[in-house]
Amino acid sequence: MTRYILRRLVQAVPVLFGITLFTFLMVHLTPGDPVLIFSMGKPLSPEREAQIRHQYGLDKPLWEQYWDYMGGLARGDLGRGLHDQRPVWDTIHEAMGPTIQLTIAGLCVAIALGVTLGVLAAIFHNSWLDSSAMVVALLGVSTPVFYLGLLLLFAFSFQIHLFPATGTGGWQNLVLPALTVGFASAAYIARLVRSSMLEVLRQDYVVTARAKGVGERLVVTQHALKNALIPVVTYFGIQLAGLLTGAVVTEQVFSRPGLGRVAVTAIGNRDFPLIQGTVLVTAGVYVLVSLVIDLSYAFIDPRIRYE
Amino acid sequence: MSEASSATVGLDRLPDWQAEATLGRQAAASSLARDALRRLWRNPGAIAGAIVMVAMVLLAIFAPVIAPFDPIAQDSTAIRAAPSAKHIFGADSFGRDVFSRVLYGGRMSLPVGFVAVGITAIVGVVLGLIAGYYGRAIDSVVMRWVDLMLAFPGILLAMALVAILGTSLFNLMLAVGIAAIPEYTRVVRGTVLSAREAEYVTAARVSGGSDRTILLRHILPNVLPPVIVLATLGIAGAIILGSTLSFLGLGIKPPTPEWGNMLSDGRSMMRHQWWVSFFPGLAIMLTVLAINLLGDGLRDALDPRLRNR
Repeated sequence: MTRYILRRLVQAVPVLFGITLFTFLMVHLTPGDPVLIFSMGKPLSPEREAQIRHQYGLDKPLWEQYWDYMGGLARGDLGRGLHDQRPVWDTIHEAMGPTIQLTIAGLCVAIALGVTLGVLAAIFHNSWLDSSAMVVALLGVSTPVFYLGLLLLFAFSFQIHLFPATGTGGWQNLVLPALTVGFASAAYIARLVRSSMLEVLRQDYVVTARAKGVGERLVVTQHALKNALIPVVTYFGIQLAGLLTGAVVTEQVFSRPGLGRVAVTAIGNRDFPLIQGTVLVTAGVYVLVSLVIDLSYAFIDPRIRYE
Repeated sequence: MSEASSATVGLDRLPDWQAEATLGRQAAASSLARDALRRLWRNPGAIAGAIVMVAMVLLAIFAPVIAPFDPIAQDSTAIRAAPSAKHIFGADSFGRDVFSRVLYGGRMSLPVGFVAVGITAIVGVVLGLIAGYYGRAIDSVVMRWVDLMLAFPGILLAMALVAILGTSLFNLMLAVGIAAIPEYTRVVRGTVLSAREAEYVTAARVSGGSDRTILLRHILPNVLPPVIVLATLGIAGAIILGSTLSFLGLGIKPPTPEWGNMLSDGRSMMRHQWWVSFFPGLAIMLTVLAINLLGDGLRDALDPRLRNR
């Protein structure tokens, strides 16, 4: 177990370095002279150009620029936004809260809805309940997040005035966005829970439990569900990417603040320090959370071991 | 092995070793594909998916013939017109016919899906073949690269690439395509790793087959079924990612109709003129649904072990 954890931790290090290298190189990979990025496309006098080159360290060799960039990161300095001259970290820090909140709310919807649908479909295998749950799941994986968001807005906000269309604050503001973010993952989870539940319900220990006279409810919750959920948990890492994607898009649909909005605006403005910062922080957080999820498998299912 | 193939060659009348050889050759050459097609044909969902997908492609190809209006022409008398006999999907805030725009939008959204998957599949398969077959240093380099790419959720990587490359149709295809490469590489590498140890590969090597022959003739056929499934389902994912980027304003820009940017146009009108967003969204959903049905069917047909997953 300790060896597995250590190996997994060591593996994450080069990936994190790779992320910093990629975000650092973004400015240099862009076609054209990087100076134009920092002058925001405006034509420059030679003196001003030299000044900008010096200010952003573009007159130094590439490896030295990277060294400076890493030094900045170590101090928590991601530079300043070209557009508003605000420290990038402040902008990102402010936007992270709402995005994390939305992602977690989406995860809750995904698990609650997905597990319920999947279990019902498996218990009532080949019934109308099973087929309708699977139709819902198929629609869930086929509906683009932004379309689902607009449909929910139309139905629950504009037609029956159940939830507010935009804004943040109360839980009412979170219901529709969370449904939007979580629905696609709920669909995947439902399919997964159904097939793994069907598998488990055929196992000897379930048959034994039934033969002993254990009630059906207890068989499902105590004997079957616990084991059926293992593949679902191992699937969380993949779901995380989907949820994060959903959050980015959903922020746009419901005009919510967050990292997605920051990234989209920054790309529109070609505000590279802000783009780099957002990509770096999002990818970094994503890698770390995936790592935690991976490590938790070892505890949840002792059979899972790193090769 | 299915009963049909043993019946056609009359295996019971051949000596064992010969029967085995015949069976092996047949299985590799035709009956695998034929069996798969037969299983696919029995799957009503997959058939329906294929029909809808072909219909969407035809509608996009023949959009200039079918569309009743110019998709960019503005008509001040039809501004925000509700669906009617004249404008069956209504009109948008510039009085443009939504039905015509949806038809033309397919000429953007669908190619993005197909071309992006083409890019992904070619690069992903080549990298996976090389990493899996040659192993050692090459394998570690490719797989570290894949690990790094997997550190970015697809949309983040695609957004970063759009930021670097700038927005254009081709860059959109490239960004969507590149974002999905690691998945293919991982699957292909895994398949190659197991195929490399198979006896027929050893046999081919012993009888003097070059790396090229072994890779292309003996290993590639094993890799194709999972890649076909991935690529089919990947088209759906690519169409969604492409239209998502356009929805966010990072893909195809208006006034060129594209399903994602049309949805974005209609977002503020959802309260009263729902049709401006509703129909392009429906087009994406139907297309993606059809491709998913076909992809699921293909997976069941090509790899029965994966059924019910």
